[in-house]
This record gives sequence, structure tokens and C-alpha cells, in this order.
Amino acid sequence: MTFNLTVSPDFAPDHISGWYFFNTWLQRQLETGIHLELYDSFDAQRTDIRAEKFDLIYANPYDASMLVRELGFQAVARPASKSDETVIAVNVESDYQSVEDLKAGARIATTDDPDVHTMGMIMLESADLDKTNTEIKEQSSYIVVAKNLLNGGADAGFFLKEAYDEMSDLIRSKMRVLVSSQISVVHHSLLVGPRMAEYIPAIQQALLTMQDNDKGKSVLESMDVSNWEPMDSEQTEFMIDLIDTLID
Amino acid sequence: MSDQDTSETRSVEIAYFDGTVRTATIVNREVPYPDGKLIVSRTDPKGIITHANQAFIDMSGYSEDELIGVNHYILRHPDMPAVAFKGLWDTIGEGTKWHGYVKNLRKDGAYYWVKATVIPNIRNGELMGYTSVRRKPSRSKIEESEALYKTLLAEE
Repeated sequence: MTFNLTVSPDFAPDHISGWYFFNTWLQRQLETGIHLELYDSFDAQRTDIRAEKFDLIYANPYDASMLVRELGFQAVARPASKSDETVIAVNVESDYQSVEDLKAGARIATTDDPDVHTMGMIMLESADLDKTNTEIKEQSSYIVVAKNLLNGGADAGFFLKEAYDEMSDLIRSKMRVLVSSQISVVHHSLLVGPRMAEYIPAIQQALLTMQDNDKGKSVLESMDVSNWEPMDSEQTEFMIDLIDTLID
Repeated sequence: MSDQDTSETRSVEIAYFDGTVRTATIVNREVPYPDGKLIVSRTDPKGIITHANQAFIDMSGYSEDELIGVNHYILRHPDMPAVAFKGLWDTIGEGTKWHGYVKNLRKDGAYYWVKATVIPNIRNGELMGYTSVRRKPSRSKIEESEALYKTLLAEE
């Protein structure tokens, strides 16, 4: 039987090959076929997840709620020292020095990344801004969000902090961070679906010892992950509860 | 106001719903909510704190050891009307998420405003406790809440 793996579309483009290496490595460890399918869009991926197409998902924390509570997935591991944080940035030449300087009517460039968008909107609350009094401009990638700031098409932009930090020095030098979230407990995780449940002990064992051998270590490096940490069901439920508090 | 402001202190006796009474030092000094942070805590079903993140520890002024095992009402500021907390407990008692603006009392007697959300933690159909997440409120919401709570307190 061949299982299906997908990865949250917000991974850095530089690490696409890393996920293919990971898929090959995991198939060898489990001695079973796994097909990797990548998406550009959260919506398209979510439609296929709901159609129960996938058995293994490296998921955005926002999707973890649906996967665990509706589709019976179980989180088995998370990348160590990698939490999902959101940055709100502006053009370096703009007058905005703090979030509170943004006013009703502000044009906000964002992506379809649900975590980053949710956290970005939460950080705008201190300026009394919400979806009813801002112009939300959804873009296809963080690079396009940055372009919007640089060409004056948006007043502020939301970025996954990791994606912001990985932009070129030239682009970053033309932007300024107004605020960066420091939540630390919201992160991606690898979840296993019901059809693959019998493999959970083997998957966990393989992931948690992955950094101990050269092959596993080089695959981790290609994914920009130092090592995996175990996730139990209570840690997953806690993260889901926390995200639920942020969604009105 | 900022955390540099200083004001006179006063002693206030705070009576909690369970009959506990304590005398707290109150200072009219606001500590600004830190940008970008979420204050997170968890309690058991009776409101006893079981988890506090670093932002909670920093803002409350207590150590982690002082917070774990005590009732969340240790943060209750005397300017908060009891009816606001009744609304909170009634809402989460029905298994529903609660949102509200809260003035919290720090260990040093100063205060900080939060937008709080409390959600019941249901595991296998059973209530295991509550998660509370606090975020930065806008100045206009603080001012609205201050005025409302003054009116409600006067009626108590």
C-alpha cells in the first residue's frame, strides 16, 4: 500500500528538495511506499485533506485542530527549536513607528497562511484595526508581500518570521519590523492519519533517532531542521486550545 | 501611563468568592502590555493555576513557584467588578469561549490591562480545566472598559 504525505505550503522554497529526501528516507525506514505531494495554496491542500487523501502531514498549527479533532490524526513529532512567529513589517521609509500608528483604512498585504494571518490581525487589535476597517490584500507569497511594501502598494505586511529572516539582505534593508510575535508554543508538527496509525511507533522511533546517523542528519540539514522532538496528545491538544482562543 | 509613573499606594482588602480574604497593596501605576507577546495560563476546573508561561510570570511579578497551585483570582484587581467574573464563569461553565477586557493586579500592586480569552479544555468529553490567553488591548477598549467597570462597581 502506498501512503500519501503532504507538507504545509509555508515551508521555505529553498527546502523543497529536503522534503523529497525526507520522503525517500522515510520510505526506507518504514519499508513502505509513500507519495509526496506539495501544494502552493493552503485552500487547495485543505480541500484534499478534507477528502482524506493524506496519511501523513507536516501541518501548520492552524490545521492541526481539524486534523486531530475532526479527522482523527495524531501528532507524533515537532521540529526542535522551531516555533511559528509572525512579523508585521512596513516600508523602511514609512512614518509608521509602531502598530498603533496604523489607522483605519490601512492596506495590509498578507498570504493565505492561516497562522500568520491570524496572529497578524491579533497584533493589529491594539490599533483598533480588524477586517472591517482595513483593506486586506492577499498575496501568493511572502516575496509578493514584500514587493507590496517596497512599491507602496500596502501600508503593512504580515510575514512568517522564518520567511522574513530568510529574505535577501537587500529586500530586508528596505523594510522595517513594527512588531514580532513571541509566542513560542505554536509550531508545525508531523501528524499521522488513521490509515497509518499502526506505523506510529516506527515513525516516532525513526524520527527521534534521525540525527544520530549521517544519512538522517544530512536529510534533516536539507530540511533546515536540527532534530525532531516527540509530541504527545496533551501537547497537541494544548496547542489546539491555544489557537482556538485566537479565533473569534 | 507608563511603568515609570509613580503614585501613592493604598491597602485594600480583597474578598474572593470562596470566602478567602487578603489585604493587597494597590499602586495606581500601569505596566504596559508587551508587544507581540501572549500571556498564557492553564487552570484546573476550580481555577487553580497549573501552567504559566514566561510572559505571565513576567507581567504578574510572581515567580512560577508562587503561581502554580494558587487560584487565578490572585490577579484580581479591586477595580474589577465581581459581575465581570460571574459572566466569565457562567460562560465557560456552559462550555463556551469567553472574551473580555481585564485589569489585572501584579504582585507589586501595579496593574496591566489585557484582552483575555478563556476556553474550556475538553478531553474525551470531560472538562479537564481551562486555558486562558491574554493579548494586548487597544487604548480605546481600555478606556471603555474602565468607564463600564466603574459604573458596575458603584452598583455592587
